[in-house]
Amino acid sequence: MPTFTREEIQHLGDLARIALTDEEITRLQSELNVIAESINKVQEVASDDVQPTANPVPLEAYLRPDVAQTPLTQEEATAAAPKTSNGMFVAPRILGEE
Amino acid sequence: MSEVQEIVKLSAAQMAAKIRSKEISSRELVEAHMQVIESAEPTIKAFLKVSADEALAQADAFDQKLSRGETQDLPELAGVPIAIKDMIVTKGIETTAASKILEGWIPPYDATVIEKLKAAGMPLLGKTNLDEFAQGSSTEHSAYQTTHNPWNTDCVPGGSGGGSASAVAAFEAPLALGTDTGGSIRQPGALTGTVGVKPTYGAVSRFGAIAMASSLDQIGPVSRTVLDSALLQEVIGGNDRRDSTSIPMPVPALAQAAREGMKRDLKGLKVGLVKELSGEGFQPGVEARFNESVKLLEAMGAEVVEVSCPHFPYALGAYYIIMPSEVSSNLARYDGMRYGLRVMPPADVPQTAANMMSYTREAGFGDEVKRRIILGTYALSAGYYDAWYGSAQKVRTLIIEDFNKAFEQVDVLISPTSPTTAFHFGEKMDDPVAMYMNDVATIPANLAGVPAMSIPSGLSDDGMPTGIQFIAPQKHDEVLYKPAAALEAALEESWNGPIWQSMNTPWLDGLHK
Amino acid sequence: MVEKLMKYADAVKQYEPVFGLETHVELSTNTKLFCPAHIEFGGDPNTQLTPVSLGLPGSLPVLNEAAVDYAIKLGLALHCEIAEWSQFARKNYFYPDMPRDYQISQYDKPTNGNGYLDVELEDGTVFRVDIERAHIEDDAGKNTHIGGADGRIEGADHSLVDYNRAGVPLIEIVTKPITNAGDRAPEIAGAYMRAIRDIVRALNISHARMEQGNMRADVNVSLRPKGSTELGTRSETKNVNSFRAIEKTMQYEIRRQAAILSAGGEILQETRHWDESTQSTAGGRVKSDADDYRYFPDPDLVMLHITQDHIERLKAQMPEMPRERKNRLQQEWQFNDLEMRDIINADALDLIEDTVKAGATAAGAKKWWLGELSRAANNQEITLEELRVTPTDVAQVEKLISDGALNDKLAKQTMNFVLEGEGTPEEIVEKHGFKVVSDDSALLQAVDEAFAQNPDVVEKLKSGNMKPMGVIIGAVMKATRGQADAKAVTKIVMDKLK
Repeated sequence: MPTFTREEIQHLGDLARIALTDEEITRLQSELNVIAESINKVQEVASDDVQPTANPVPLEAYLRPDVAQTPLTQEEATAAAPKTSNGMFVAPRILGEE
Repeated sequence: MSEVQEIVKLSAAQMAAKIRSKEISSRELVEAHMQVIESAEPTIKAFLKVSADEALAQADAFDQKLSRGETQDLPELAGVPIAIKDMIVTKGIETTAASKILEGWIPPYDATVIEKLKAAGMPLLGKTNLDEFAQGSSTEHSAYQTTHNPWNTDCVPGGSGGGSASAVAAFEAPLALGTDTGGSIRQPGALTGTVGVKPTYGAVSRFGAIAMASSLDQIGPVSRTVLDSALLQEVIGGNDRRDSTSIPMPVPALAQAAREGMKRDLKGLKVGLVKELSGEGFQPGVEARFNESVKLLEAMGAEVVEVSCPHFPYALGAYYIIMPSEVSSNLARYDGMRYGLRVMPPADVPQTAANMMSYTREAGFGDEVKRRIILGTYALSAGYYDAWYGSAQKVRTLIIEDFNKAFEQVDVLISPTSPTTAFHFGEKMDDPVAMYMNDVATIPANLAGVPAMSIPSGLSDDGMPTGIQFIAPQKHDEVLYKPAAALEAALEESWNGPIWQSMNTPWLDGLHK
Repeated sequence: MVEKLMKYADAVKQYEPVFGLETHVELSTNTKLFCPAHIEFGGDPNTQLTPVSLGLPGSLPVLNEAAVDYAIKLGLALHCEIAEWSQFARKNYFYPDMPRDYQISQYDKPTNGNGYLDVELEDGTVFRVDIERAHIEDDAGKNTHIGGADGRIEGADHSLVDYNRAGVPLIEIVTKPITNAGDRAPEIAGAYMRAIRDIVRALNISHARMEQGNMRADVNVSLRPKGSTELGTRSETKNVNSFRAIEKTMQYEIRRQAAILSAGGEILQETRHWDESTQSTAGGRVKSDADDYRYFPDPDLVMLHITQDHIERLKAQMPEMPRERKNRLQQEWQFNDLEMRDIINADALDLIEDTVKAGATAAGAKKWWLGELSRAANNQEITLEELRVTPTDVAQVEKLISDGALNDKLAKQTMNFVLEGEGTPEEIVEKHGFKVVSDDSALLQAVDEAFAQNPDVVEKLKSGNMKPMGVIIGAVMKATRGQADAKAVTKIVMDKLK
């Protein structure tokens, strides 16, 4: 049975890029533990001989012909951006590697 | 026709007939609904955005086409206006998914279903309210407004598609589109006394439907009659090469099945009553109306038997693993870079791209969305994947097998749509698990990709509508429409008219053309 | 920080390097992996986007048929097993250049698995590199860092993002750990990359220009004491983008890790970067549990089914592979190993083959491409292929020589005009009136004049000192504007001296 610690929720917030407040972490901790308890029982029936299903309707991939279509214009592509410069999207300082 | 009331209370099929006989124009229909919207919105609040100018322009274009005799190839519903859940992308019309993070976003493209509606000459009245990113069962999680149930404005309309359901129930629109991931079309349908259909997964293109949980999401019709939903699904359905999960098959003859059903002859039809979707947690009034419907089905010649789907009790758990997992990934793109909200960190925090994303997402998402993202991030993370996501995918297989076995015995399955009628605002907001229980009967169809429909089954002791759900095998959506239309006809006979006759509609009083 | 390094020879005496390469090859399809946006190197920023490659809400990926075919062809060339069913997964992590904040990549069900590539080293040794997988994935956009020193990420104030590259199809070829390379590990790594480059070029599935980032490699290196069978902790040097840099990265990492291990230290599991300016790798990010990519099958895509028919159809389209082709051409052309290696290193195999096809002898074609033309390309700092001379031109010049219409000097002049874009060799010969003068009377007169002008030289020649013969020939050439046949001139001079 998983139980969520504060540190774990903080870490999940980092992974999900959400700057959770202390108050939110406290609330999430109790809520998630209740939710976890109620959904934990899926493991009771998920035995090794059962195959997982990713897509409910079994289909084979349709392969698209390699033919170009009219793209968005630069204006359309950048119109909704919070910040742009010379047709490019502006990101604040990036730490880490490419 | 003179009275706005008379016009807007027609079914979409009736409106369409009057358009073809030139008794009414598409513009008159749009104008009538705009009047109702103006009058009803202060109390109902179903719309996030009303697109009157666009709708009128589309109506005029259609009317001109009609006058030139160029509409014979268009679908039956041509010229009839429609409202769109704001989870569906509309070119040039603000699309927000009821989230602050997308506030002001004007899409540069149309969803496939919108292209089809436009091609059919169906004017878009506006964008309807929903729980933020379709996550919720009451529409209370909208970042913008709370939509009220037209049957009792102190109650929720259900969710996530409460806006579309209320708009159709309140006669603000004859038709609407919804999206259904765990019941978001059907449950609000039940709570507002309207018809809602979740087609087979892949029967309607998802291209342009903002993703919540990709393997569960499906666009579907919202209407006041079964035939209207059939006609609408025929417009929006069909294979789309822009959606890899779209099924390459033609749309079945849905309206024909509905019209067949209106003859009220169900001899030879085997109906399965799902044992696991009744009893504990189901409101007595809901069960009473459901049982009356079963009697009516039998009276029309259907054979009703009980079937067991032993893994359905695990469906809710599996859903609350798969859905948030996909949500956590689908909603990653709202990061303040390309569109929507950007919030820079406070001054004492380094002004980096990573922190910008974290503060944007903290400010832009509501509580329920954050809860699901965190839960999904956990379910997918290394070390927990097999126990959670892996197990849930296996339960999914078991649910599909349950359905397969059930459909070996019967043609169509039935259950109450929602265990309760509409509840009061705030009643379940602090208890996520209680809120999640609303979808206990609708979720199995999403997990298995099978089509399902909710139609009104009456009013409970509290005077609020109840719904009955039909579920058919994959790719056989037509199987839903015949018994649903038959039951609708039988029920309306027993009520001496449509269910909405019992609804008070003060916003319609005194509306004249 | 200057890191301690052990001498390479000592390092490989004490330790056995184990390495692996993850090579990213950008495919040269017309459109992106999951949407019909066109792909073009160097276009205006953010002009090669559809709602899909910009990651707009509601957009959905649809797989490109050509990318799948290219991947299968590469799998066949690498002797891989082609999976009947493969699947795309989402690799979840946030980065400003990723429009969806997840990458779509094949994870536990790749299209190509378990192959190998025989790599030929300089001395002709053939080394087999085992391939773990070659999977399909999409690329990210490009960040330009502003405000720091020379466009580097450190110290930058903000970055500009161009998503044109986002969604370009990539194949990532992952080797199994290579354990028995010994001191030749760097050489093998470089030769492997060249072999991959040659294969993707032969298949015509990538432009394969490392300098444009069409090919880049992550280099994983670890050391273990000789005789040990356990694997050591590895470093991963990311995005190395030249053949030389790959070899140098390998050497550097072997020397660096050997120094640490021999001093009793521990290797950090980290990602590093090759720095061309310092000729060293620099430490980057230490691997941690933050690298939790939360892979799961992409629910927007369904299983990719590759039938045997599909594979057979592509097999029939497979060109000759580079090693087989090289061996065949070597036989046909009668070159030795060294000559062949020079041709390959100069990237002249295709050009020489085409020149031979156009009628030249192999020796003649090689002489031009590795001689005069290589110098010209070098001077202009471009590749041989980019020169304004075609294999047909070279063959034409060779024919004019063998027909006796041009001598060497005139041929070089003609080629220079071709390089300047004046036209075909025949046109140039015509236009400039180039003609070898072998007419005796004209030559005799010119020789007489040369003798008259250089009496001292004539004296020496008469005394049997043949060294200044060039002076006479030079003078004759000058007088005939270079059109004299040098052999004919020599003969006349010799006759006169008798």
